[in-house]
Amino acid sequence: MKKQIIISGFGGQGVMSIGKSLVEAAVSEGMHATWVPSYGPEMRGGTANCSVVLSEEPVGSPVFTYPTELIAMNLPSLLKFEPNVVPGGIIFVNSSIIAEKVQRTDVKAVYVPCDTIANELGNAKVSNMVMLGAYIAATKALKVETIQQMLVHMFTGPKAKLVDLNMKALARGAECLEG
Amino acid sequence: MTTVYRKSAALQDRELHYCPGCSHGIIHKLVAESMEELGATDTAVLVCPVGCSVFAGHYLACDAVEAAHGRAPAVATGIKRTHPDQLVVTYQGDGDLASIGAAEIVHAAMRGEKFTTIFINNAIFGMTGGQMAPTTLLGQRATTAPKGRQKELHGSPIRMAEMLSTLDGLAYAERVCVTDIPHLNKAKKAIKKAFELQMAGVGFTFVEVLSACPTNWGMAPLEANKWLMENMAAYYPLGVIKEVQA
Amino acid sequence: MEKELWKGNEAIAEAAVRAGVNCFFGYPITPQNEIPEYMSARLPEVGGVFVQSESELAAINMVYGASSAGMRAMTSSSSPGVSLKQEGISYMAGAELPGVIVNVMRGGPGLGTIQPSQCDYFQATRGGGNGDYRTIVLAPCNIQEAVDMTQEAFDLADLYRTPVVVLADGMIGQMMEPIVWHDVPKRELPPKDWAANGRRGRDHNNFITSLRMDAPDCEEHNRALQRKYDLITEKEVRWEELDTEDCEILITAYGTPARIATSAIEELRAKGVKAGLFRPKTVWPFPSKRLAEIAAQPSLKAILVVEMSMGQMVEDVQLATKCVKPIGFHGRPGGMFPSVEGIMEQAEKLLKEVQ
Repeated sequence: MKKQIIISGFGGQGVMSIGKSLVEAAVSEGMHATWVPSYGPEMRGGTANCSVVLSEEPVGSPVFTYPTELIAMNLPSLLKFEPNVVPGGIIFVNSSIIAEKVQRTDVKAVYVPCDTIANELGNAKVSNMVMLGAYIAATKALKVETIQQMLVHMFTGPKAKLVDLNMKALARGAECLEG
Repeated sequence: MTTVYRKSAALQDRELHYCPGCSHGIIHKLVAESMEELGATDTAVLVCPVGCSVFAGHYLACDAVEAAHGRAPAVATGIKRTHPDQLVVTYQGDGDLASIGAAEIVHAAMRGEKFTTIFINNAIFGMTGGQMAPTTLLGQRATTAPKGRQKELHGSPIRMAEMLSTLDGLAYAERVCVTDIPHLNKAKKAIKKAFELQMAGVGFTFVEVLSACPTNWGMAPLEANKWLMENMAAYYPLGVIKEVQA
Repeated sequence: MEKELWKGNEAIAEAAVRAGVNCFFGYPITPQNEIPEYMSARLPEVGGVFVQSESELAAINMVYGASSAGMRAMTSSSSPGVSLKQEGISYMAGAELPGVIVNVMRGGPGLGTIQPSQCDYFQATRGGGNGDYRTIVLAPCNIQEAVDMTQEAFDLADLYRTPVVVLADGMIGQMMEPIVWHDVPKRELPPKDWAANGRRGRDHNNFITSLRMDAPDCEEHNRALQRKYDLITEKEVRWEELDTEDCEILITAYGTPARIATSAIEELRAKGVKAGLFRPKTVWPFPSKRLAEIAAQPSLKAILVVEMSMGQMVEDVQLATKCVKPIGFHGRPGGMFPSVEGIMEQAEKLLKEVQ
């Protein structure tokens, strides 16, 4: 199994942390993984992205032209990266703010209203966790339990109440695949 | 037999290369005596500049480090921060400190680095042959200012002790000279005091010594001392400029 | 041993701490800011010293001072900042002071870009400042190697009394991947009896200087330095090979492009193209001898040098192999990466040209 994922969106949408969560979970499942951010002034306000490789073999190139999956959190990201997704790949679209549909017919499109669900859950910040839940449900690249364990480790003390919120966000994202 | 005078043990047995009438030799002696009297020779590190005193590490008996031009305050920062209990002294001329090393001295003073800088201000580049320094006086001739320093062209000379004294990190600044015995004694007291304040950890300490460069000024030694008192001391006032109580 | 996920810059900083660095001096510049940031928090925990200097010039001279006094000292920067440090590196080489300088390279010239590059190869491998000198230049291709090399750099610096450069690029600095903290082999190091940290009863004063006014003395100093560089070349040259036994095309690259090339080689092999990789791990000293041996292999048809520059290491490849085989070059300057597809295309094109 080898995944080459591009996660892209506005700065502040948590695209970098989706990537970091994927890599962290993969490492704790004993896989090889790399995370490469786009960095610089564009990270504040503009479109930011990161490239993630998850692999059972050691990772050669951590950068790639053709992703197996694209997570597009905003429209510029979809427009920029849609043409490069490998045939048979998956494009995840944050349909709360992207009205456009995926044009290609040789890839699978998954529409996830991340922000709508996050707002329903009462915290706009968990929209990236909604998307992460959808990604894991669609690709089965990782075990959702691994992410859940990470959340328990990440939010402790006064922040412990955020565990439940994030778990719910993951689950609601996964539900988007059932429709 | 009574010993009436002896060379400081903090000086090596070596003949100095300085020109007749140059102030460096006397100032080396004062630095050495102060070090010795404070019992610091064995733990001190002297940071030498680029300029005429580039060989100071061959004259003083303590350990020494030769810095790149102007960087002595940065070098001294590296030494003092990792060896806070040792006496660290930079010895720098006006080209070194006030020109190419202006940033380093300002920031060392700003950070309140706990070392002492002995600033040799003779209003000229000595080693390279009499070029204009930031401290060259208006009207004073230099090999790169053949008609003399002009305000419109070169700006007015910089008063480093006063400028650095605006910084909170500077604990003590005094301007002295070594043209005669009373002034020499005052200079010695200032240097020793700066070392003591350094060891007390008060902050950055700075002694500016107005110095003679008869060779590049084109004067005899006595004439040079007279010119110094009449011209340099008029622009660069002698005395304590700032002192923070320990 | 457990794998831990680290960001490259932070891992480099932690590696230095584990190697016993006493002090760090630096100035902010992208893409290496995580190194001074990490050090500012971490060094005080272990009794070390962190100073944010007023300039890169001051930072390297603080390294010079601390190293003069016998400390393990370090600075890091990125390309434009490393240019400023060249003064101090030259003085350190001249005064034979150890020290570690990390360059997380970005595109140039001038301000260039903050994106990854390898455009400082000439500067790093030819000395960089004034005078006849070299620095040991270690070129990691992933975070694990960056960590191992940073730790080893301190021993190499102390052993040979020379500045050591860790030549990384923005990709290695900014990316994250899992690493294992393992013990890097330690060298037996001579005492620093030359250090200027107070005489403490010593019968002479130590005077650290790069000044040799007497020309014959300065000539002898240069010859002594060269003997040291010859010894380093004999003992410390390092490289890695992949599929070189039967290769028809040898891709030669260091750092991030070498890593990208491993994927290209895998895919080329899958297509039946016999590709191999030669990866210098020390770019000075350059592994010339071994590269010349591979170049002489009858099966080898061509060499493709891949760099994130307009062609700098390629000159060392030409010198090492005396151009006994055709040498092609594929470069992506200005903050761009070579792609797996781009390397494959250039390799196949070059092979076609020579057949």
